[in-house]
Amino acid sequence: MSVTYAHAPGFVAGDRPKIVTSRFEFADSYTLERYLATDGYKGLRAALSRPANEIHDDVKNATVLGRGGAGFPAGTKWGLTPQQVWPRYLVVNGDESEPGTYKDRLLMERDPHQLIEGCLIASYAAGLSQCFLYIRGEMALAQERVATALNEAYAAGYIGKNILGSNFSIDIILHWGAGAYVVGEETALIESLEGNRGMPRLKPPFFPAANGLYGQPTIVNNVETLANLPWLMCNGVAAYTAVGTKTSPGTRMVAVSGHVKRPGVFEIINGTTTFRDLIFGEEFCGGIKDDNKLKAFVPGGGSAPWFTPDQLDLPFEASQVGPAGSMLGSGAVMVMDETTDIPAAALTLTHFYAHESCGKCTPCREGGTWLERILRRIVDGSGTDADLQQLLEVGAMICPGDFPHAANEKLGLKAVPFPYKMTTICFVGPSAFAPVHSALTLFRSEFEARVTKRVTIPVTAVGVSS
Amino acid sequence: MSRLSDSNVAVAKEIIARYPRQKSALIPLLHLAQEQTGYISREAMVHLGELVGVTSAEVYGTATFYEMFRFEPIGKYLVNICGTMSCALMGSEKLMHHAEKRLGVKAGGTTADGMFTLAHAECQAACTEAPCLQVNYRFRLRVTTADLDNLIDDLKTGKLSDEIPVHGVLSKVRQHIAPDREVGAVAPELVNESPVWLNGKAAL
Repeated sequence: MSVTYAHAPGFVAGDRPKIVTSRFEFADSYTLERYLATDGYKGLRAALSRPANEIHDDVKNATVLGRGGAGFPAGTKWGLTPQQVWPRYLVVNGDESEPGTYKDRLLMERDPHQLIEGCLIASYAAGLSQCFLYIRGEMALAQERVATALNEAYAAGYIGKNILGSNFSIDIILHWGAGAYVVGEETALIESLEGNRGMPRLKPPFFPAANGLYGQPTIVNNVETLANLPWLMCNGVAAYTAVGTKTSPGTRMVAVSGHVKRPGVFEIINGTTTFRDLIFGEEFCGGIKDDNKLKAFVPGGGSAPWFTPDQLDLPFEASQVGPAGSMLGSGAVMVMDETTDIPAAALTLTHFYAHESCGKCTPCREGGTWLERILRRIVDGSGTDADLQQLLEVGAMICPGDFPHAANEKLGLKAVPFPYKMTTICFVGPSAFAPVHSALTLFRSEFEARVTKRVTIPVTAVGVSS
Repeated sequence: MSRLSDSNVAVAKEIIARYPRQKSALIPLLHLAQEQTGYISREAMVHLGELVGVTSAEVYGTATFYEMFRFEPIGKYLVNICGTMSCALMGSEKLMHHAEKRLGVKAGGTTADGMFTLAHAECQAACTEAPCLQVNYRFRLRVTTADLDNLIDDLKTGKLSDEIPVHGVLSKVRQHIAPDREVGAVAPELVNESPVWLNGKAAL
């Protein structure tokens, strides 16, 4: 039996292990008082009681996967910094803005001290000199809660000089953005933090671990990733890896939105929970709204290729979702029922990515815009069947070769595994194409039904007589 | 006129001092300028350039990349209605049409009395609470057309002025670091040794 707490919109608790959402049931979960009454800052004390390299080893051995999208293990990421280059920085990515994703904002609003403690543990373990906590500009409440928590924690001696009386000292600086999706990409986040236009940097040479903030080794971690660390320190590696599977241990937060009976954010067991559990399970969303039929779902945020009911039994496990043609991304499932107008739904996402293109790479800047224009005229009823091919051709300039998609029994389609090839620096361009490609591959008949049969687009040149 | 006030210059200097490089403070300072005037004026950008040691053109370059920054006055209340997928699936288009009719402006427009600016927004991270909107970046969730009507009424009568500050004011809480607790920012070229606690021993 799940309970919805009125004071934590979106969050749905349940009788499952809670690693990052354990305090959400308290109305005052964001206060230092509540935090200290519920094992707060015990993980920090446990960490500081051991040498830093052992803490780093714990994070490696627990295989704490990055929760931002790529799913790269945090302990390994920390280990990629070059030897004996100082200072090193921590940049916390709280710029949550992937369509469908809703978890980091909850973690910052509902349990800011847990995030702060995670930042401190990471900084201690990886020998970092300063921490910058970058919160999305549009999240006023999260900024207020984190600012208040930082002020409390500084005053109580948990941040700053000689933390808990030890020789560990670090500042955590609250920083905030001003509205740009692309800044969620780690190199763009660093550009933005340096006071510049938030455009991604080319990798190589700008791998943040080697050449990040101010050209120094920099670790960029997602909010949820860091929020896992206090629990890990308090309970140990064995307890952490006992939850979930060997390759996807622990839990993760997943937001399920769209046409379901009970949309919500759930902390689920990693690796074993399936999409069927999430969408139809009684302890999660309880089925499709109005008992309609499921038509399709986006499994990992707006950038992810779509799945249909054929993929419902896949678990939250990257090694299975990747070969099946999509990605787990940032823990965001968007559900479409049988009433959904598929081309129009795809347009909302393609519009998003075209709008959010920073303009640095031509295939994304021009291609994304054209994908949106062509799709819009199809949705508006003035498209031609040549437009369908045109969409795929424009997409192929952003992502050459086979684009990943799911298998479909009815259509006789075999899966093309994730990832794709790309001609752009970051994932914004490919993300503009992903919904178009999925919609067109899995629901081509819906596009065909609304375009006029015309093989070519007539070119009319005003004032030029034939 | 719209250079930063003396008290905001003090706030700005405190913010600048937290970064190893001054330019890093630019986005927080642009927010400060917008908080003071409701938008960012040319004079403010010149002033910020002086404060962080870059040209006003560089300030302008950064500022114009980010959607939240406005360069001319807008409504007292900025109503951002989300139109991305989850909200669209749950009827955000209907909500937007209703708002346009109710306020008498199209998305992007400002009402004649200067009270409201209506805008189409991209995903606001409240997808399970669709359709959602923000007024000056304060959330309203699972919004019906009746909710929207009530919200506009309440904003007009000033009922929500405690909860929702005027456009430009973002976080009502600022970070404060007491000098005796602060480690202090150091330019990276001045650091060439590993942190003291990386000595193979426990810090505590």
